[in-house]
Amino acid sequence: MNKIKCECGHINPEGTVLCEACGKPVEENQHIDGNDDKKLLNMRYDGSARRSQTFKKSLIDKIWGFFSSVKVGVWLIVLTLVASIFGTIFPQEQFIPQDAVSRDPAIFYEDRYGIFGLIYYQLGFHHMYSSLWFIILIALIGVSLVICSLDRFIPLFRALRNQKPKKHKKFLSKQRLYSESSNVDDADIDKLVKNLKKSRYKITEEDGHVLAEKGRFSRWGPYVNHIGLIIILIAAILRSTPIMFSEDYMWVREGEQRVIPGTNNKYYIENKDFILETQNANDERFQEASLEEEIPVNYQTDVVIYEAKNADVVGAEPELEPILTYSIQMNNPAKFDKYTLYQQGYQLNEFKNMSFKIHETDDEKEESLGNFTIDLTNPESVYELDSGFRVELTNYYPDYIMTENGNPASETDHPRNPAFVVTVYPPDSDEGEVSFLGIGKNIDATGENEYKVAIEDVEFRDVSGIAISSDRTLPFFILGATIFMIGVIQGMYWQHRRVWINRDKDGSLLLAAHTNKNWYGIKRDIEKAIEGTNVSMARDQQELDE
Amino acid sequence: MDLYSISSNALLTAFILYLLATFFFGGAIRQNKSERNKQTKTGTIGLVITIIGFVSQLVYFITRWVITGHAPVSNLFEFTTFLGMSMIFAFIIIYIYYKNAFLGVFALPLATIIIAYASMFSTDVVPLQASLQNYWLSIHVTTVALGQGILFISFVAGLMYLIRQIDQTKLSWRNVMLELVIYCIFLFIGFIAVTTIFNVLSYEATFEVERDGQLVIAEYHLPPIAAPKDSTLLSENVMKSWFEAPAWMHGDEAGRKLNTVIWSFFGGSLIYGLALLISRRRIGERLQPLLKGVKPDMLDEIMYRSVAIGFPVFTLGGLIFAAIWAQIAWGRFWGWDPKEVWALITWFFYAAFLHLRLSRGWHGEKSGWLAVIGFAIIMFNLIVVNLVLASLHSYA
Repeated sequence: MNKIKCECGHINPEGTVLCEACGKPVEENQHIDGNDDKKLLNMRYDGSARRSQTFKKSLIDKIWGFFSSVKVGVWLIVLTLVASIFGTIFPQEQFIPQDAVSRDPAIFYEDRYGIFGLIYYQLGFHHMYSSLWFIILIALIGVSLVICSLDRFIPLFRALRNQKPKKHKKFLSKQRLYSESSNVDDADIDKLVKNLKKSRYKITEEDGHVLAEKGRFSRWGPYVNHIGLIIILIAAILRSTPIMFSEDYMWVREGEQRVIPGTNNKYYIENKDFILETQNANDERFQEASLEEEIPVNYQTDVVIYEAKNADVVGAEPELEPILTYSIQMNNPAKFDKYTLYQQGYQLNEFKNMSFKIHETDDEKEESLGNFTIDLTNPESVYELDSGFRVELTNYYPDYIMTENGNPASETDHPRNPAFVVTVYPPDSDEGEVSFLGIGKNIDATGENEYKVAIEDVEFRDVSGIAISSDRTLPFFILGATIFMIGVIQGMYWQHRRVWINRDKDGSLLLAAHTNKNWYGIKRDIEKAIEGTNVSMARDQQELDE
Repeated sequence: MDLYSISSNALLTAFILYLLATFFFGGAIRQNKSERNKQTKTGTIGLVITIIGFVSQLVYFITRWVITGHAPVSNLFEFTTFLGMSMIFAFIIIYIYYKNAFLGVFALPLATIIIAYASMFSTDVVPLQASLQNYWLSIHVTTVALGQGILFISFVAGLMYLIRQIDQTKLSWRNVMLELVIYCIFLFIGFIAVTTIFNVLSYEATFEVERDGQLVIAEYHLPPIAAPKDSTLLSENVMKSWFEAPAWMHGDEAGRKLNTVIWSFFGGSLIYGLALLISRRRIGERLQPLLKGVKPDMLDEIMYRSVAIGFPVFTLGGLIFAAIWAQIAWGRFWGWDPKEVWALITWFFYAAFLHLRLSRGWHGEKSGWLAVIGFAIIMFNLIVVNLVLASLHSYA
């Protein structure tokens, strides 16, 4: 490597723009930071030698150079930003409303949004954020973050560690804030330095040359926050593995006890009660409001969680031990082991069971000849009645619909609109009579039935939708977010300010200052420090045009 | 006086005081050049009035909290009012640091417009729905609003920079775009004016709308230019609508919202037109001499610093706190809901702003445009995402 030796004696790495020690511009490298013909020096990375600006030959150099460019980084951000906007024009597929004609994206988008919806769907914008190219964009931002940070952090760190209080005059006079004062005696300088100390500047002195510096740690802010972002991106990758993250959804009926999916049969849940509370319109606080619709203020499932003690014994009846009694509410999930249970859905008044009675078809009093009850989630195939009747459940449609070609069918497995085909065998008879029963339907298949089956009673219950998730990546996200916040505050809420006070050969005093932001603040610092001395105020050499 | 009227009177008082303070800042910038950027008497009076107004708004906030039993940031009225309050708060902080009276002349009226805009939505006290019942409501929403309030100052400084610096001697793309930004502000004023006028007149027009075989009532408080789709007018003696809302606009409210937008354009354009007539030149051109006395460097610095201060606050409230609460309430910390996506877009945008500024030297005018666009994104997320796009966050 071609090291560059400066006239001050410091040896700089190849590609250095400003000498790390004395700041003297390295003649042949001024084009790198665009300093040629400029009145002021570009102080962005203190003129340190960045790999991306120094080596440009091999393929790796070129890839490195590409990703280390902030311009490329900003383009990646802008592309992701624009893509994100497109993703919000129409709802993403997971947000297709319940009342849509079809929840199938292939139908929904065209049906609701016409030609634009169709194009949207065909371009795959309906699952924009999980599409490969969007993920690649995010990944490229990640690569850019890493390379940008490495390319700048190391040389900047070197340059700031190697800096000396004595600076080359060319360096000082090309700072944005600069002044020369004559007739300054040592007492003035002492006072100046003391004042700067009072403003919490750290003073380094060498042969009468002074460097006053504060807030250098804020220069590391960007690199710290980029580390935070990288941790978040890594956490997002981890989250796509089943070990780190899994989620499931289950419906639990009131009174039902069932295994919790995704827990390897280790945990069971029992739904004791589901509660839906809507706003009580009598509350006087809300009298003035025109409550057009009831506002739901509480969704709650009272549950008991059980642990199966012998989950690994195949075929054995589980021995359940209650471990948690909890009221899961929206905004108040239940936690046990590594699982969290969220209240996420409900269905009111699902049919629980239906009771029927048998009577003679032409009995006007409909005197009961026997009763039976069908448990709609767990129906039996034959009901033997005390009176000797036998009822065979020939067909059961939990969610009955009539298909287009006239056949009965069940739309879902949930007993929302139960219908049955039953065969009734009178006592001591092998000849059955077929009836079709449903809500508001009682059809006699032959029209010659001697006995009729009538609905006597219906029992309802609520069903609660519970989401189960096990997410071990959360600590990583929290760590990443915390580091990001620390870094961004470190970089944004503090400034790196430096004031150089050098004696020129002719005895006049050179004062120059640099800050990475908030020039107003550093000017105030200097104004305060030179008060009562002969040092003249640093002139701002780069005011925006008036 | 009951608590509810104390609350609304306190808000009204704050509103009037902010306008009053604007005049004092207006007086402060007319002082001679040597006093500029120093604490002047008139400027200090302006500041004191602003602070009294802020305290009054704080009284509104606290009393409303007592009345409703939850942090009053749960619907469009409450949130937008609080946003206006954060803007004032950010202004007070920045003013104390920079003592720039010019900023007051622009920031205060703009924040006041936001507060007036908020009052156009229903101010009824309604119960808090289950999804919002958590102490994170106050933490998440107030932090977001505070971040946006600080970013608002960068918008104001950016806008002032553009008005100050863009050449108005001949028509150009840049001054036309600037005029467009100013025109958009007039649309807000138009919306507020039209809504207020017809509110005072208690205007009402009722439609019967057929939705999926059911008859729904749609109530208009502005004369119906655009009627809801498939509707019949029930009210008598009201204006006949000019057309029906197109079919691709969905939701029961689509017709009414479209109608409101049309009225805002009418009202806004009318007021803008009057302003043009009176000033006899572009509004940007008219305002330019007003800013002669302020250093562009100072505006540039305020613009950048408020992004530097506001960006971390916004990240904390709009992304991190938001994610924590989403995890508690919905079981997922991120779900690509439009409001979440737009918060991310805002974050990306300001991240790009900072990179362009720090690494590529985008100062001055370029920075000014970015500050204006950034705030436009924030307003988009507030207004369009809430009222137009279907979102889990549509609480109003």
